[in-house]
Amino acid sequence: MPDPLLRVQSLVRSFGGIKATDNLSMEVVPGELHAIIGPNGAGKTTLISQLTGQLMPNSGSIHFAGRDVTGLPSYKRSALGLARSFQITSLLKDFSAIDNVALAAQAHDGHSFRFWGAARKEPHLRAAARAALERVGLGQRADVVVSELSHGEQRELELAVALATKPQLLLLDEPMAGLGVTESQRMVALLKELRKEVTIVLVEHDMEAVFALADRITVLVYGRVIACDVPDAIRKHEEVKRAYLGEQHAVTAHG
Amino acid sequence: MMPNLNVSNAVVAVLCAALIMLPVYSAASGNIFILTLFTRIVIFALAAASLNLIMGYGGMMSFGHAAYLGIGGYAVGILAAEGIGSGFIQWPVALIVSALFALVIGALSLRTRGVYFIMITLAFAQMAYYVATSLSRYGADDGLTIYKRSDFAGLINLSNRTQFYYLCLACLFGGIYLIWRIVNSRFGLVVQGVRSNEQRMQAIGFHANRYRLVCFVISGTICGLAGALLANNTDFVSPAGMYWTRSGELMVMVVLGGMGSLFGPVIGAIAFLLLEELLSQFTEYWALIMGPLLLLIVLFARGGIMGLLGRFNRA
Amino acid sequence: MFLVVEQLLNGLQFGLLLFLLAAGLTLVFGIMDFVNLAHGSLYMMGAYFAATFAAWTGSFVLGALLALVATLLLGIALEFVALKHLYGRDHLDQVLATFGLILFFNDAVRLIWGPAGLALPLPAWLTVPVQIIPGVFYPAYRLLIIGVALAVAAGLYVVVMRTRIGMLIRAGASNREMIGALGINIKLLFTLVFGLGAALAGLAGLMQAPILTVQIGMGENILILAFVIIVIGGIGSIRGAFMAAIFVGMIDTLGRAFLPDLLRKVLSGAAASTAAPALSSMLIYLLMAIILVVRPEGLFPAAKR
Repeated sequence: MPDPLLRVQSLVRSFGGIKATDNLSMEVVPGELHAIIGPNGAGKTTLISQLTGQLMPNSGSIHFAGRDVTGLPSYKRSALGLARSFQITSLLKDFSAIDNVALAAQAHDGHSFRFWGAARKEPHLRAAARAALERVGLGQRADVVVSELSHGEQRELELAVALATKPQLLLLDEPMAGLGVTESQRMVALLKELRKEVTIVLVEHDMEAVFALADRITVLVYGRVIACDVPDAIRKHEEVKRAYLGEQHAVTAHG
Repeated sequence: MMPNLNVSNAVVAVLCAALIMLPVYSAASGNIFILTLFTRIVIFALAAASLNLIMGYGGMMSFGHAAYLGIGGYAVGILAAEGIGSGFIQWPVALIVSALFALVIGALSLRTRGVYFIMITLAFAQMAYYVATSLSRYGADDGLTIYKRSDFAGLINLSNRTQFYYLCLACLFGGIYLIWRIVNSRFGLVVQGVRSNEQRMQAIGFHANRYRLVCFVISGTICGLAGALLANNTDFVSPAGMYWTRSGELMVMVVLGGMGSLFGPVIGAIAFLLLEELLSQFTEYWALIMGPLLLLIVLFARGGIMGLLGRFNRA
Repeated sequence: MFLVVEQLLNGLQFGLLLFLLAAGLTLVFGIMDFVNLAHGSLYMMGAYFAATFAAWTGSFVLGALLALVATLLLGIALEFVALKHLYGRDHLDQVLATFGLILFFNDAVRLIWGPAGLALPLPAWLTVPVQIIPGVFYPAYRLLIIGVALAVAAGLYVVVMRTRIGMLIRAGASNREMIGALGINIKLLFTLVFGLGAALAGLAGLMQAPILTVQIGMGENILILAFVIIVIGGIGSIRGAFMAAIFVGMIDTLGRAFLPDLLRKVLSGAAASTAAPALSSMLIYLLMAIILVVRPEGLFPAAKR
């Protein structure tokens, strides 16, 4: 196996008495699509937030691209090439779609203490933004204000924003949440395309999508890793079956 | 892009033309009072515009902007009292001291958000007020009379009413042009993005507070300029001029005119100060009407005057 | 020695008064998410009512009691007529609207009582100095303030920590949706809390009245001090407000009393007498700045979850 792009070691984060992340270790290798699944409350979003720096762990370490990023704030991790999409859509609601993406491109194009020139007229930022929008199929909707986009479009825009930061690793927190059947299919098709270009960590409840997309799957229960393997092995894993029994019987059924 | 020909732009255009022509009218009609009144209005419009930069675009509700008016004013007043009458020294000093004060207060206040931010900016401005009242060498409570206006080596005579008015108007238009450039620049987009969704901006790689702070300092500096103008206008600076109600009035002007719109604060300043003038001619107890009026404006006219004009555009 | 004890007591007394004001403010903010600048106006109204009623009845105690009731009623009326429409609005809206109310109250007072201040004379039995420790005398009235304020603080503590209403208030401060879900008459609770806050502000104002002049704007500076206290103590926290209020009262009083002498020992006489007033008025704001650097959430923040 190549050197891991992301290495998490003995990560612990507790809220009050509850350990949301309990001595968690995992690795993501370059080029793979690594899915993280687990029942509700398994600590998936808590993990993602620690990976991106919105939340600091109590102990343990996170290495990204060979560098210890455990104590870095999120804006510095983003500069290193770590991007995330949010579970609950988190966009600049009163900005147009293209402005959302262009700002992401701007964040990775030198500093932004430029006070005079019109940023919306910088051709390379606009071009990068437009390319990212085209990539997710929102080319026609570039000038629409975010609050007027449909839920599915907003999820796609989340992806475009993450892509525009030219990430090495994309952390996607339930990109399919709240999408209808056709929208979900579009998203899966899109992710299939994207995985060729960028390493992806995917947190998702939609098991059909996860098993269709993932190279490897890590299963979390109560903040602990109970299994990490290729999809076929996960499907047959006894402990995983037990953890999902009555909660998400779909693991085997959808295979 | 050409500016759209709509109601709010038309109103702004007419307004600008009227402000430019005002001294002509004043000279023709012999109405000096209106020129004096509008000099004051234009200065406050500049202060309100500076506040609008952080409130409307940056989402930072500063309740302490009167402090910069005072600091800018005291810089001019104290230097004048010490025998340094040149505006080329007085004004840069006013701007620099305002900027430094904004830097310190901003760095402290921006450690918090929301209501805390409002309370803390208010408290620090009040501190500046108390410091001014204890400047016994410079008039303390009673304030400091400026016997000679800033001297610009014959380039412009600030004691000439018309010239001074045009100087103030140039500062206002210059300030608004600067704010317009800033708002549309890379920096401005980041600041507005942070107002809209701070977490998102951090996640795509911006150190939000650094941008907020710089924006806060720019705003304080512009307001310091307004302070230098105001001191020259009244030939006087006093702690009363930086009392916290003055900060409240500036906020009212911004909201009344329309937060986050370029000319909103100008319209707000005109509306507020004209209303104050009108009411105080009508009754000594003008605040009895102004107070409840504010309440009603907040309850029923969100978006301010520019917001109301905007409705005509869509109709 | 005598001076130190006296100033310590002065600081305590001032701190307790500040607490009465800050407690109402932080309760109203905690439970209703409402910033009320006009809280200082209620403080002022408490003082004006007391001066007026004491003059009418000829009795200080009766005047004070009537003033307390009047401020309570005024607070409830204010909430009913104007402020309840502002719940759930932007904090900016609340600030501007209550700023308007301050302007209104100041001019209303000027219209009714005139621009000159009023005096609230103390009855003879409260003006005598009391010997607190051998050789140290302290004004009886200031002792009374300390006693009353401590009793109110204790009462408040019991109400907030031990009663059903108090439980709701605490629940409301940390989780607003929850009280709604409990099926509590939330409007009544809000009105009650607001009335309580108003009465506390009025009490602070009327007790301060005999020490300072009763005048327009008297509530404004002290309101800003109450803000400083809330920032230092942590928003929504009664305990934090109490500790911070005592702290601020002490620092402010002792600073004004002793800082000039201290400075004179370090600096030359002229420099000290210039710097001392500025520095002592800055003292609590510097304190606030330090707290902001060290603990931006305040010393005793109300529990988040």
